[in-house]
Amino acid sequence: MSALASSAAPTSAAFDGTHAVCVRELSKVFGDGDGRVTALQDVTVDIAAGEMTLLVGPSGCGKTTLISIIAGLLEPTSGTVEVLGQDLGRLSNGKLVRFRGEKIGFVFQQYNLLPALTAAENAAVPLVIAGWSRQRAVARATEVLDSVGLGSRARSLPSQLSGGQQQRVAIARALVHEPRLLVCDEPTAALDAHSGHAVMELLRAVAIQPDRAVIVVTHDSRVFEFGDRIISMSDGAIERIETPAASMSGRESGT
Amino acid sequence: MSWIALRMLTGDRSKYYGIVFGITFASLLIAQQGAIFCGLMLRTSSQIADIQGADIWVMDPGVQFVDDIKPMSENELYRVRGVEGVGWAVRFYKGLARSRFSDGKFQQFILLGLDDATLVGAPREMVQGSLDDLRQPDAVIMDEGGYKYLWPNEPFELGRTFEMNDRRAVLVGLCKASPTFQTFPIVYARYSQATMFVPRERKLMSFILADPAPGWTSQQVCEQIQQQTGLLAKTREEFIWTTIMYYMIRTGIPINFGITISLGFVVGTAIAGQTFYLFVIENLRQFGALKAMGVTNIRIVGMILLQAFVVGLLGYGLGVGAATLFGELSKENMTLAYYMPWQVLALTGGAVFFIGILASLLSVRRVLVLEPGIVFR
Repeated sequence: MSALASSAAPTSAAFDGTHAVCVRELSKVFGDGDGRVTALQDVTVDIAAGEMTLLVGPSGCGKTTLISIIAGLLEPTSGTVEVLGQDLGRLSNGKLVRFRGEKIGFVFQQYNLLPALTAAENAAVPLVIAGWSRQRAVARATEVLDSVGLGSRARSLPSQLSGGQQQRVAIARALVHEPRLLVCDEPTAALDAHSGHAVMELLRAVAIQPDRAVIVVTHDSRVFEFGDRIISMSDGAIERIETPAASMSGRESGT
Repeated sequence: MSWIALRMLTGDRSKYYGIVFGITFASLLIAQQGAIFCGLMLRTSSQIADIQGADIWVMDPGVQFVDDIKPMSENELYRVRGVEGVGWAVRFYKGLARSRFSDGKFQQFILLGLDDATLVGAPREMVQGSLDDLRQPDAVIMDEGGYKYLWPNEPFELGRTFEMNDRRAVLVGLCKASPTFQTFPIVYARYSQATMFVPRERKLMSFILADPAPGWTSQQVCEQIQQQTGLLAKTREEFIWTTIMYYMIRTGIPINFGITISLGFVVGTAIAGQTFYLFVIENLRQFGALKAMGVTNIRIVGMILLQAFVVGLLGYGLGVGAATLFGELSKENMTLAYYMPWQVLALTGGAVFFIGILASLLSVRRVLVLEPGIVFR
């Protein structure tokens, strides 16, 4: 399994189905005239299933824009994105929303838990969206909470949980409907080092499956070791793709 | 998703109570002021409504409402009796009389003079004494509210005397009567007696009360009377509405109440609308997360409408309930006019519905244009 990338436009390689995400010549421009900002420029990258891919880079380099487009939350200016064999650009808005609900799980930096719902109810939300009854969804969500070590806090409100525990609930919510793509945006940014480490360990333990791709956006170098592959971005383009070991040694040698 | 919408709504207690309070306040003000307005309007025509047994009122063509008395000559009664379709017709006096009491105090009364023979127009319910006692010399019957006004905290006592137009009047009975717009005590007497309680004029007959003959409708008889006598004839119902409409059009009452009701509506809309809008704005990230996770715009709109419906229903129930409680508690207070027909409830419901829709639309717009990508920012 591999990640293939190019900042320059490569040939229009056919999507071969071995990758969960195939991005081709993707550009995104915000605004026009003097306010025109190019967030992504001709990005081409493939992300493999069964791996945890870290998307790293300084603030403003285009990481968030890239995962927003991959997750179908933002339309590109040009280029194509194929997720799980489906060209997102060809989906109607309704189908795209359904596709997102069924195939993609989200972990947000600020957790975005509903404060009035218990941990189990929060984790059950994707199932409720999919049409499950409340009772059945909460029962299933409680099982998933168990798997992230929060079974005993299923009835707690988010305000009664620590930051790390809230992020575990968010992970349970992201996984409860067994998505094929998990998109995590800075999952450790709001946590202390210990909690951040624990969350990444948990992600590796419960999220990675042969048919699921996990993309983690982060600029926290302490968690680089958890990735199978690291995609570094700079100024809206992909700078390099490497393994954690290479990344570490590169930083140690100052390159 | 409904339960999630409701939990989101009730989860933020302060905003939830704020929205419900705003709608309750608007409902209370609209329902209460509407009921007082209806009560006042009802009082303008209460003397017509109180007189049962005669469905046709005949009067001078210039009469605009029940207190606008333009006396007719006695001849008109005989002309009306001669109209085809009139079953029977009797004279009826209505006017204001000034009374003087033994302690030197003066008081104005609404004086009603009933046909001597039939006593048509007599009060329906006696509290003390008998209607037949009205046939005694100088006899008058007073309404219960008037008695309490004249002799507060004193027990009911028949046989009290006072003077009207230097004629002695003896209280022989107390009756129930609907409160009037003028709030003066009501005194009933025989027609012949009543005309002696007021200064003598050439014409004294205020109205003619009539009923259709078998086989005729009141409407048909009214038309017949108007054609053949040139007098104005109205059914009881028509005369009630003529009187109400006079007060509606010719007085500032509807405008004054309308201003209060409008203020209640505006303030309620402002409080509820703004709080609901803030509630949605503060939950934008949550709505964004739900959209990212696959909730469609239609379902989001449904959630917001459900939230608006629930607070609207609660606020409406509490507001109308409080207005009804106010009406019940003030029932004994004769000076307060309070009548809540279903139309007031419907009007209040409509206003609350409008507030809910307005608040929802403002909020929905923000959620609909919300990019789900906000969750990554």
